[in-house]
Amino acid sequence: MDIQVRVWRQTDSADKGRMVTYDVKDISPDASFLEMLDVLNEKLILDGDDPVAFDHDCREGICGMCSMVIDGVAHGPERATTTCQLHMRHFADGDVIDVEPWRAAAFPVIKDLVVDRTAFDRIIQAGGYITAPTGAAPEAHSVPVPKKDADLAFEAATCIGCGACVAACPNGSAMLFTAAKVAHLGLVPQGQPERDTRVLDMLQAQDDAGFGGCTNAGECTTVCPKGIPLTLIGRLNADYRKALRNSNS
Amino acid sequence: MGQGLHTVIAVAVDTKVPQAAVASKAALAPSRKRTSSVLLKIIMAVTGITLILFLYLHMIGNLKIFFGAEAFDHYAHWLRSVATPLLPRTWFLWIQRGGLTVAVIAHIASAAILARRARAARPVKYVHRPKVQGSYAARTMRWGGVIVLLFVIFHVLDLTTGTLNPVGDKQHPYANVVADFALDRWYVTLFYTLAIVAVGFHLRHGIFSAARTLGQQTARGERIARASALVLSLVLVAGYLAVPLAVMTGLVD
Repeated sequence: MDIQVRVWRQTDSADKGRMVTYDVKDISPDASFLEMLDVLNEKLILDGDDPVAFDHDCREGICGMCSMVIDGVAHGPERATTTCQLHMRHFADGDVIDVEPWRAAAFPVIKDLVVDRTAFDRIIQAGGYITAPTGAAPEAHSVPVPKKDADLAFEAATCIGCGACVAACPNGSAMLFTAAKVAHLGLVPQGQPERDTRVLDMLQAQDDAGFGGCTNAGECTTVCPKGIPLTLIGRLNADYRKALRNSNS
Repeated sequence: MGQGLHTVIAVAVDTKVPQAAVASKAALAPSRKRTSSVLLKIIMAVTGITLILFLYLHMIGNLKIFFGAEAFDHYAHWLRSVATPLLPRTWFLWIQRGGLTVAVIAHIASAAILARRARAARPVKYVHRPKVQGSYAARTMRWGGVIVLLFVIFHVLDLTTGTLNPVGDKQHPYANVVADFALDRWYVTLFYTLAIVAVGFHLRHGIFSAARTLGQQTARGERIARASALVLSLVLVAGYLAVPLAVMTGLVD
């Protein structure tokens, strides 16, 4: 199939950036979106042009590196799918596809489609950990976890930290990411000692990084490649209130 | 299960560092500690619920217009003597007005801070941005709120102080209301209708959002919160629009 892509090109963080149109010919419908960009880049390199920079790593939908807004939707038109798992058969021959980086003050563009997501690392550093003795892994059944809690913790833990929630949020908020991280540790017994400080510190880190607040619009969960539920934000809010109460008593 | 638990913990300690993270972000991060966005939202939720309670009481009072001029005017005068003789006459009304004003100011101030942060959080807009998938109500919270505020200012000048009312007789509020929605003052009725519909949309998302902000976190609870938000908004809109509709159709004159 032959398509046209309009890609955001920006040489560095100081550059203003612009959309540039490229023709991409003879693309297999079974190619992934990233493979299509690989083909484009091979052509650009042969022509002596600068290839389009984009983040990618595992290409299996689990690393959270790929990060592009395709036709205005983070990770493209397929639900619960990362860009690397999105295939060209979901587009039509002759389509003009717009590709842009995540747009957020906290995620500055480094080059083309690559953004700096260190802000997420700062949120994790603020409280995305548990205090546990290091060494050999403990016997799995030594600490029982109710099935319901384990399942919800696991659902929250499927967050790959790609940042699509921020890219889609009308407020540029990272609340779904923060909520997922707070929930997946706060639901298991091992996460209880730091439960209060975790929510307070991670929320402070998300606010201080320049992300917006949540308005419960639900854009984030719609584009989330892992389908992290919006209800976890309610859990974060409840945990926050409890933590505030405990810290004042 | 055991495997799952290990994975949960393993993911927790695995912080992902983007390969190309080179730009120094320290300079970009605001060093000042921001007021928690969730705290601001809690303030909005609590003040919002207070205002909804007032809207419902106000609506019930309004509907007394269907019992005739005497009943309506008597209700209006009674408002001045609420809580007497514990409090001197009109004190309760002024305390309530003070409370509502504080709630409105706190609600708007929190919203303004959050709106400013949201704007700053996305300095470069998307070139290609399809219509946001969230509901119309969610998208219009901010401008809808501004319409409601403008209306409240007009409404107080119209029916509380009587400044903008063609009759403006404080002793006979029934006459003021009837004069307000007269057919030749169609623009007042239009503005009123627009504002009430704006309130309806505002609450449709606002009630659900307040529940979520105060900790609602189950799928079932979400269905209940969304359904309650819709029903409470519809009842409110119907209750408030009944008055101008009745005046215009001559049911109340």
